[in-house]
Amino acid sequence: MVVEIKLFATFRKGRFKTREMEFSDDSSVDALLKRLEIAQKEVGILLVNGRYASATDKLAPHDVVSIFPSLGGG
Amino acid sequence: MAGYCVRLLRVNLSTGEINKENLDTVLAKKFVGGRGLATYLLSQEIDPGIDPFDSANRIIFATGPLTGSRAPASGRYMVVTKSPLSGTIASSNSGGFWGPELKRAGFDLIIIQGKSDKPCYLSIKNSIVEIKDAEKYWGKLVSEATDMLLEEAQDPKARVLVIGPAGEKLTLLASVMNDKYRAAGRSGVGAVMGSKNLKAIVVRGTGTLAPANLDATKEVLKEVRKKIQENEVTSKGLPTYGTSVLVNVINETGIYPTRNFQQAYFETADKVSGEVLAEKYLVRNVACFGCPIACGRHSSIDGVECEGPEYETLWAYSANCGVDDLAAVIRANNWCNEYGLDTISAGATIACAMEMYEKGIIKPDEIDGPPLKFGSSEAIVEWSRKMGAAEGFGAKLALGSYRLAEEYGVPELSMSVKKLELPAYDPRGAQGQGLQYATSNRGGCHVRGYLISPEVLGLPEQLDRFSLEGKAVWVKAFQDLTAVIDSLGLCLFTSFALGAHDYRDMLNAIAGGDWTTDTLLDAGERIWNLERIFNLKAGVLPEADKLPSRLLEEPIPDGPSKGHVHHLAELLPQYYKERGWDEQGIPSGAKLSQLDIV
Repeated sequence: MVVEIKLFATFRKGRFKTREMEFSDDSSVDALLKRLEIAQKEVGILLVNGRYASATDKLAPHDVVSIFPSLGGG
Repeated sequence: MAGYCVRLLRVNLSTGEINKENLDTVLAKKFVGGRGLATYLLSQEIDPGIDPFDSANRIIFATGPLTGSRAPASGRYMVVTKSPLSGTIASSNSGGFWGPELKRAGFDLIIIQGKSDKPCYLSIKNSIVEIKDAEKYWGKLVSEATDMLLEEAQDPKARVLVIGPAGEKLTLLASVMNDKYRAAGRSGVGAVMGSKNLKAIVVRGTGTLAPANLDATKEVLKEVRKKIQENEVTSKGLPTYGTSVLVNVINETGIYPTRNFQQAYFETADKVSGEVLAEKYLVRNVACFGCPIACGRHSSIDGVECEGPEYETLWAYSANCGVDDLAAVIRANNWCNEYGLDTISAGATIACAMEMYEKGIIKPDEIDGPPLKFGSSEAIVEWSRKMGAAEGFGAKLALGSYRLAEEYGVPELSMSVKKLELPAYDPRGAQGQGLQYATSNRGGCHVRGYLISPEVLGLPEQLDRFSLEGKAVWVKAFQDLTAVIDSLGLCLFTSFALGAHDYRDMLNAIAGGDWTTDTLLDAGERIWNLERIFNLKAGVLPEADKLPSRLLEEPIPDGPSKGHVHHLAELLPQYYKERGWDEQGIPSGAKLSQLDIV
């Protein structure tokens, strides 16, 4: 299945802004993080289709996964 | 009494009288300081029903017991008055270095009353206080006036608080600026200064502020600094990117208000994001007094260096106006800083005007500037300048979106609460944040209880942003704690790393006392209710606890929060109950007795 990945802030360094990647059907978010060499502890906010998600959540075809480091403001 | 100078400065601009008065320490303890104490004094000294531009209105510049101390991010002060924009209590907060300087000059707060018959400014050099002529500074932009006042002070260490031409012209969106770039931005507080013909307050103080208990202070500060250093947001997120990094998070969550809240996802947000700001325009990072976080950003464009734009400003001028030209946003931000305008309300009012223009409500032949079309870089820059100068149709915009839309018979197009423009989060996708907007004592504001923290950022824990469950409890708790932090004189950003007990420990060590977490949060609740009572007496009734109808009736049309509306009608009764108010939203006698503010 194809999943769209969006990276932000420091995660873009040495990687990319947005990219579509192929994953096997039963893959979880964790597999995606490993492929990108992003440690779970580095992740501040992880969204799948705009909703808060965790590493154990399963991916579905055409999911949009957005990954941010910890951040705040206002 | 450590933590407080126990002196306040009262200046009557009508008579020229300057009095130094003792601060009532019992009151100081009861209302903490800053926002709380100033609200109490304002409530005692004016009829909340008066015209905000009446000379009887006060404008109070108030520090807290931790302002200027060694506590982290202790550079904050509050500007408290009756707002000419909303008619509610106004308490606008600013950082920088001016607040600590006032404290070192020996004053906890300044109460300005009356009205000068000609432009003047206040000069404070420790105990020497003078009202001086400001004719030559009137009409000057913020940076030029600041430089000139510093030159007259003949002391480069003096700190300058000033209004720009917007405040002089009684523009309802006028801010108070200090240290050139820091703003007490919201609620039109700059116009109240302007109405008193007060251009500036220049302060130089050389006193020292000793803590009540040095050893306990060292110990607690070691602990809180460790927490700030270990927290990902305060040690990495904010220092690395500043507030503007929120653009992409909020947009990807689908709550980034776009084209005057007609949408909640901006297709080209990344072109106007913190990442691009850092890559193309960032000059350096800056910190306010005693701040280990250093979220401030100086950017440069057209050879001019200026602070910002902050996240809220980026949003107001980009997504909300449909503009994805970062250079134009920086230029608009610079005009706001120079003329002394609130960037949130200025950008949001232009967005409202753009919707009205595109719908044919504002006619092309009515305006004396660029077409008010969504996406126009020229429009956001030029109309900001014209609002600041109160020039032509810009003078009408400078009264804010509510008065503009109401004049044309379409008040529902003003995305405001209690006439204060909403900030950068669409409440249809963050139910708690929407409840907080509707109930905020100063109107459409995000920093009276930042529910985005748990609903989006996952701090201190992740809440379901669409759920209504428990949100009334969270909103009350955040509002009360925020009232405490604002009254202490600390920056709200410390709360990403610290909890109520940390503030309690700092207050007890630095100012002395026997505060418990409960008594401190009770003080926050007392302050919140006091503000509510002020508003009720001012005629801002519970019917004003509402959101624009668009947010209640029109589902978000696209993006990750598609299909959602805000459910205020369900949340509001829960909130009133949680607050111990009656079903109509009036604080009960029992609640006020409990809080000792009858």
